[in-house]
Amino acid sequence: MLSIKDLTVNVNDKKILKGINLEVKAGEIHAIMGPNGSGKSTLSHILSGKSGYEVTGGSVMYQGKDLLDMPPEIRAREGVFLAFQYPVEIPGVSNVYLLKAALNAVRKHNGLDEVDAMDFLTLVKAKVKALEMDEKFLYRAVNEGFSGGEKKRNEILQMAMLEPKLCILDETDSGLDIDALKIVADGVNSLRSPDRSFIMVTHYQRLLDYIKPDFVHVLAHGQIIKSGGPELALELEEKGYGWLEEAAA
Amino acid sequence: MSTALSDYTANYSALALPGQDLPWLQQLRADAYTQFASHGFPSPRAEEWRYTNVSALEKKAFKPLLGAAQTVDAEWLKAYQLADTYSLVLVDGHFSADLSQLAGLPEGVQILSMAEAIQTCPEQVAAYLGKAVSNSEHGFIAFNNAWFTDGVFVHIPAKCVLDKPIQCLHIVTQDGGLATTRNLLVLAEHAAAQWLETFVGVDVGYLSAAVTEAFVGQNAELTAYKVQCESAKAYHFGGLYIQQARDARCTHHNFAFGGLLARSDIHTDLQQAAECELNGLYLGVKRQHHDNHTRINHLKPHGISRETYKGVLADRARGVFQGRVVVAEDAQKTDSQMNNRNLLLSADAEADTKPQLEIYADDVKCAHGVTVGQLEEKSVFYLQSRGVDEETARNMLTFAFANEMVDKIKIKGLHDLVLAQLLERFPQAGIEKEWL
Repeated sequence: MLSIKDLTVNVNDKKILKGINLEVKAGEIHAIMGPNGSGKSTLSHILSGKSGYEVTGGSVMYQGKDLLDMPPEIRAREGVFLAFQYPVEIPGVSNVYLLKAALNAVRKHNGLDEVDAMDFLTLVKAKVKALEMDEKFLYRAVNEGFSGGEKKRNEILQMAMLEPKLCILDETDSGLDIDALKIVADGVNSLRSPDRSFIMVTHYQRLLDYIKPDFVHVLAHGQIIKSGGPELALELEEKGYGWLEEAAA
Repeated sequence: MSTALSDYTANYSALALPGQDLPWLQQLRADAYTQFASHGFPSPRAEEWRYTNVSALEKKAFKPLLGAAQTVDAEWLKAYQLADTYSLVLVDGHFSADLSQLAGLPEGVQILSMAEAIQTCPEQVAAYLGKAVSNSEHGFIAFNNAWFTDGVFVHIPAKCVLDKPIQCLHIVTQDGGLATTRNLLVLAEHAAAQWLETFVGVDVGYLSAAVTEAFVGQNAELTAYKVQCESAKAYHFGGLYIQQARDARCTHHNFAFGGLLARSDIHTDLQQAAECELNGLYLGVKRQHHDNHTRINHLKPHGISRETYKGVLADRARGVFQGRVVVAEDAQKTDSQMNNRNLLLSADAEADTKPQLEIYADDVKCAHGVTVGQLEEKSVFYLQSRGVDEETARNMLTFAFANEMVDKIKIKGLHDLVLAQLLERFPQAGIEKEWL
């Protein structure tokens, strides 16, 4: 699914990622953990195509294609989805319109017919219900005036609608109370499938109580310094990141 | 007097302006004439006109249209005249009874042409005319006082909530014409009314100079809309001067789309606990110049004001926003917010924004913010990350920026009219109505 090799990235001539290697196979869930400033968000931004980053070396192959060559919208249409840490408010564009435009852009790219208005509404209302969201959110401007939890749920709603192949969750647990966290986690778990992979970027182990990862990687100072199974997350929760950083240094 | 001004002042005494048999009105007009003859139109040397030069008006010498033939294409009119309103049509500065629709006025409500009001109820006109704005404000007021040919007079009695909006539709049909109109809106205590003013013209050069004075009584509520769709060659001045009594509420929505050079003045004086909301959207393309000048005077305690003006400027267009909020020494507990945001779509477009807070009280909450710039890149990226291509994402965000102001319109027919105008005039292709 995704193969990152020796990826190095600069921001304003400062080295942020210093040789990342990561293999994600179909159906796997990878958690990327690490202290603040380790490069976690940079990694998710690079994968989704945000500008302002300079790739100085290495490669990222997605389903056999060079991901770094694609503009952000093509990545989205090819099945890469970033759930934002801070979803952007877009006054004046209705949520339901964005969902429909996004879904049809993805379908068109993949040679499928656009969905008609009726089928779309039936589909979106079912997803809204599953995420315990109020239907009114559909007709409000994208994320405008949403609470932190509502914004995160809206990200998961978009993800559920677009049915991506590679989902990147950037600090999805931040700002969520325990009830919202459960709903978001249930949403993610319901999307798990043998041909869909997840990369969860998170600072805390809390999210991993609800979404069980297959692999846990520790990112520090721009490098993955340790990889392991779910038990690594528990160890980190107990001991913090310091012991690993010392060992790596 | 400059020779250019004499094109306006020549033959003034021969003009058959309404109210010539009323000494008080003759005096008002004479004072205004003297003021205008000596000072002319406002000069950019005046602080409140520094971004807008109207000297072209002196060279053009637009002529008042008196008794000109009024032919208006009925189909064309239909696009602007809203159903379910009391509508008054002013063609070339004169009320047209044939085109207007005033049937079924509730008892006690007066909605009639200014020329008729001067004949039939001059004492009511005298009680209000010139009481919300005076000759000394600037040259356009003096000009309007001296030259106005007609307009609309509205009086809503106490406790009356008018069932339908009042639409005042200004149409100019003559090349080189001058349409100078004066409106008076009076809402007695606890009354409520909606007032829509629409400015249109055929594709010629002319000057439309309209002044409205509004008196909103105690606990009364005025919702006013201005939709300025003048011809692309036209000059426009529109002033609205409001007096809000205690607890009065006023909301104004100002859409500046048309004209070559257009200026709006929106001024309001707030008595105790009065509230006002001023919203505006100016869209400039080609070489259009839009100037919006607002002044909110908090005179007494507990007043609330909210102001949001947005500009979208493309090509070589220029947008000006001057927002002045004055909080008098006596106006404690005033709560005021002002915001002006401008989107520049080309390197040659220009936005001049000047918020001014003058606070003489010490226990108030006042905030203002202005921005001039491009779209936020994080918003563009967000849409792209959902599969929307970059060009469409930019169009969506630009349109959404403007549409936010259109969405505030509460009257369906007017909302559709303004949206249609915005879609038609928007500088970018590929804007889809479906986005909304």
